[in-house]
Amino acid sequence: MSDLTTEQTIPVRIPTPLRGLTGNKDLVSARGGTIGEILKDLQAQFPGIGERLFDQTGTLRRFVAVYVNGEDIRFLQDQKTPVRPEDEVSIVPAVAGG
Amino acid sequence: MQTEFFTHLRCRECGRPYPPEAIHVCEWDFGPLEAVYDYEAIRRQISRKRIESRAPTMWRYREFLPLEGEPTVGTQVGFTPLIRAERLAKALGVREAYVKNDTVNYPTLSFKDRVVAVSLSRAKEMGFTVVACASTGNLANSVAANAASVGLESYVLIPADLEASKVLGSLVYGTRVVGIRGPYDKVNRLCSEIAGKYQWAFVNVNLRPYYAEGSKTMGFEIAEQLGWRLPAHTVIPMASGSLLTKIAKSYQEMIDTDLVEKTPFAIHGAQATGCNPISDAFQKGTELVRPVSKPQTIAKSLAIGTPADGYYAIQTIRKSGGAAEDASDEEILEGIRLLAETTGIFAETAGGVTVACARKLIASGKIPREGSVVLCVTGHGLKTAEVLAGVLGSPRVIEPSLREFDRLVSSDLAETPIPEGPGA
Repeated sequence: MSDLTTEQTIPVRIPTPLRGLTGNKDLVSARGGTIGEILKDLQAQFPGIGERLFDQTGTLRRFVAVYVNGEDIRFLQDQKTPVRPEDEVSIVPAVAGG
Repeated sequence: MQTEFFTHLRCRECGRPYPPEAIHVCEWDFGPLEAVYDYEAIRRQISRKRIESRAPTMWRYREFLPLEGEPTVGTQVGFTPLIRAERLAKALGVREAYVKNDTVNYPTLSFKDRVVAVSLSRAKEMGFTVVACASTGNLANSVAANAASVGLESYVLIPADLEASKVLGSLVYGTRVVGIRGPYDKVNRLCSEIAGKYQWAFVNVNLRPYYAEGSKTMGFEIAEQLGWRLPAHTVIPMASGSLLTKIAKSYQEMIDTDLVEKTPFAIHGAQATGCNPISDAFQKGTELVRPVSKPQTIAKSLAIGTPADGYYAIQTIRKSGGAAEDASDEEILEGIRLLAETTGIFAETAGGVTVACARKLIASGKIPREGSVVLCVTGHGLKTAEVLAGVLGSPRVIEPSLREFDRLVSSDLAETPIPEGPGA
């Protein structure tokens, strides 16, 4: 199980403000079995992305929203939310709408 | 009059400056971008007299709005009535109450015409030809209508289960209405992703810094219509929380530019109990807004489970000495009826929320009984009329016979004596 989950790659949608760090790609792949691992792998692949997503205490910033198949991870298990290869992860700026 | 007042955008979190483009989020911390003005220049330019000499529209406060040139969309929007509501005040148990009546805003009968006038004028300045929005209904109506008025192409995305009147009120303008299965928050998330892919002007996504500023005009008007003074208490419905923060900003801007005296203004927020992430956080004494995953309220226009400005709304309420309340569906319906029966204003469900929450804030002493309060009523009742089905009863039907009518009136008189008219 752990081999499978750490080796699997998951598609991650990158929002406009972060594309400067991903070579302008709006869709990248990241490894991990949970959202926390996926976000860590993104930081390894694209240095600098971590400090945009997390504050100094390591908490996801107030205005960063992460979704798995369109569901807000705050309604799932936050960074412990498990992901599988068929899932799609989206990072979306939370400041919109209303 | 030209562009020297609005200068650039700035991240509300870290303060980094950004050029005035179609962007809404700081690249460093994802904080919201906000319009920045040269208040010193504004203060030199305007005065009460100068504003009073202008046409009665929201554009009489043009210096405080983030455009480069003159507005080209929604030039007739705003300057809705502020009415003194004596019978409502009595019913609410407060000395003085006013209703800011945006149910008669032009052209689509809600406060959203204000934000759309600004954002579509800005979209045209920037050369966009397609405009779009994520909406709980009122915004969709306004984007569709105002886009049609100037020949812009539009897409409006809404939750698929909206009130029939709000769906029709978009379709009629020939816009492209797309219903999304799921609550508003999912519509919103999808729109953020669409905005990252299509080069469209999403008024409440990539144009949000311009759009949101339009809400300030409701506050400017309230203060001017009160005789150039700030209301001690204002009750404002909250969906994303943006309107509330912008009305507070407008009051502060009027102080900063010497248009009004600096007097305390408490800002109170109103939500529906079935979707109350902001009022709940306020009442628990935290700034952590816990999202609501499945909003359940008849006030669909306020049903935003993950409010973008929730954090700032709470800060604004606290700093101003205000409070937040929420109202159940039953209380919302009572609020709609109370407002209608005491002021002749038919508000949509969000208006019922405002009235019901004002009543609670007065009852709990958060708004003092000897005080004065302004209620912001933001949309027309015909847009959500279906919620009243079964609540109001039906007309009594009789034959076209005077005898039958006499019988009907005598039974009414038996219940409550009606004073005889002057002709009797």
